[in-house]
Amino acid sequence: MSIIKAEGIYKTYNETNVPVNALNGVDLKIEQGEFTAIVGPSGSGKTTLLNIIGGLDLPTKGNIFIENTNLNELSSRQLIDFRLRHIGFVFQAYNLIPVLTAKENTEFIMVLQKVPKKEREQKAMELLNAVGIGDKADHRPGQLSGGQQQRVAVARALASQPRYIIADEPTANLDSRSTHELLDMMAEMNKKYNTTFIFSTHDQRVMDKAKRIVTLDDGKITSDETFQR
Amino acid sequence: MLTSIAWRNLWRNKLRSSVIFASIAIGIIGAVVTDGFMAGMTDQRANSAIANEVSNIQIHNPKYLLNQEIKYTIPDAKEIMKKIETIPEVKGVSLRLKVNAMAASANAGAGINLYGVQPDAERKVSALHNHIIQGTYLANNQKLPAVIGEKLSKKLNIGLGDKIIVTMTDTTGTITSGAFNIVGIYKTSNNNFDESHVFVKRSDLAKLVNYPANTGDEIAILLNNNEITNKVVKQLDKMFAPMVKQKAIIIQSWEQIEPLIKSMIDMMNYFSYLFLLIILAALAFAIINTMLMAVMERTREFGMLMALGMNKRKVFSMILLETVFLSIIGALVGLGISILIVQHYATYGFDLSVVSSGMNYIGYSSNIFFRVNSEFYFTSMILVVIIALISGISPALKALKLQPATAIRESN
Repeated sequence: MSIIKAEGIYKTYNETNVPVNALNGVDLKIEQGEFTAIVGPSGSGKTTLLNIIGGLDLPTKGNIFIENTNLNELSSRQLIDFRLRHIGFVFQAYNLIPVLTAKENTEFIMVLQKVPKKEREQKAMELLNAVGIGDKADHRPGQLSGGQQQRVAVARALASQPRYIIADEPTANLDSRSTHELLDMMAEMNKKYNTTFIFSTHDQRVMDKAKRIVTLDDGKITSDETFQR
Repeated sequence: MLTSIAWRNLWRNKLRSSVIFASIAIGIIGAVVTDGFMAGMTDQRANSAIANEVSNIQIHNPKYLLNQEIKYTIPDAKEIMKKIETIPEVKGVSLRLKVNAMAASANAGAGINLYGVQPDAERKVSALHNHIIQGTYLANNQKLPAVIGEKLSKKLNIGLGDKIIVTMTDTTGTITSGAFNIVGIYKTSNNNFDESHVFVKRSDLAKLVNYPANTGDEIAILLNNNEITNKVVKQLDKMFAPMVKQKAIIIQSWEQIEPLIKSMIDMMNYFSYLFLLIILAALAFAIINTMLMAVMERTREFGMLMALGMNKRKVFSMILLETVFLSIIGALVGLGISILIVQHYATYGFDLSVVSSGMNYIGYSSNIFFRVNSEFYFTSMILVVIIALISGISPALKALKLQPATAIRESN
């Protein structure tokens, strides 16, 4: 069974006088353990699709199922709780909590999940070591490089033991070396924890690592390719 | 962790937070110091009135209070006094003979309250003997001694060794007069009192007005502590219940005798809290502004927190916590400094000697010793927290209106 199933997704923004159709009937299935990149030019609807898959936004039309749960049918409160328990996020601008250390940032999701202190501290350190910055556990985001911050963001996303991780342009602010290191690390996490990763990107280096590339243009899927890597 | 995040967020913009701390601290200092000043003023007025003028409790014949006719004496005054002296909280009891009279010198005349007192007993009840600035207080071995206030001495242009002529009606309603020798001049912080109160020996005055021995028209009682006045009044009411019931005597606390002072104390208290509320209300707008700025600057962060799964209740609580921390720090700093200022002026007094004549004219001392109740400090702190919670609501609601996807997208 697919972990994510999007059926006939349409999304129209009416924030200006002219309605903007960001998605025009997207159908997509993603299986457990995939390492998928959603690509396309700016304005093609990548971020909108990712927001809908991530439960941050709801489609104007169509249904989005996460296993057996139709996100359209969840209340705002249930949606927040669903995100907390089932979805991990990695953002382009890292979006760590600036006043918390790397370890505390990683623990944060587990605090919201009410994981006991000892268990979450142990897990946070384990994840920080896994993403290669265990030695920076007590550093605050301002004391870390962009690549290191993004590693903390990945550790934080993994901490909730999500069914899948949404990564919106995770390498956009990183230099080449950091990008390679981050992608290698994410690929390793994908293998190690069988975590599903879904990226939006127009970074070729990400595409080179992806096992599946879904291309969007004008809010429609124009190609969907799978690779053996 | 919410508390930790809220606390650390305070220090992200140190300058902005410090401005708010300072505003709250200055506001609190203003309110507390003003309360200390006003409470000090009213305290001194009340203490002075108790010590020099009315004492804690007075007993009269109720009919005497209507027109102050001296024929209405206190029945069994000596017996009553003996019983009162057995109460441990009582410091002193004095039987007085109080007459309205006209005082005259060769130069002028003035209406006065003439008090016939027993010097030894009166010393235990009134602190007037401590306010003698010339001569001595009344003594039993003096011949027709009188103690007058400095203000009256100036008005009548008389001094130590001079005679003061007093004219009054006796117990039969006949006008009578007599002369007393001025042996002492006193000065209190109440010019009006000094101008209108003359003290002589009770035995001398009793002879002059044909007054029976062993009685009087006023029993003054001084207690060890002003706070227990009402408790002792109740005790006396119980002790002399039959007499009180028959309206043979009436027992009154200083608050009943001087209702103006009591009203003034209540009014000052009311104004202190009103002033505090006005200051805090003004500060609330500064707090709201600061928190709104903080929320708007952190749109992306709140979007991220909600995206990750932080529910609205937690986001709301976090912002309220930040607001409360912000306010409490300012309030604690303000209260700390206020305590030091109040302690200083409580010990050394706040010198208003430049306006002493005006202050004395309305019955106040020109050196104000500050006093602030612990209740006022506590209430200030509670009000700060309440104001902070109210101020935090608008910024918190603004944060709750953010849509995570939009908040993150807009900022990115």
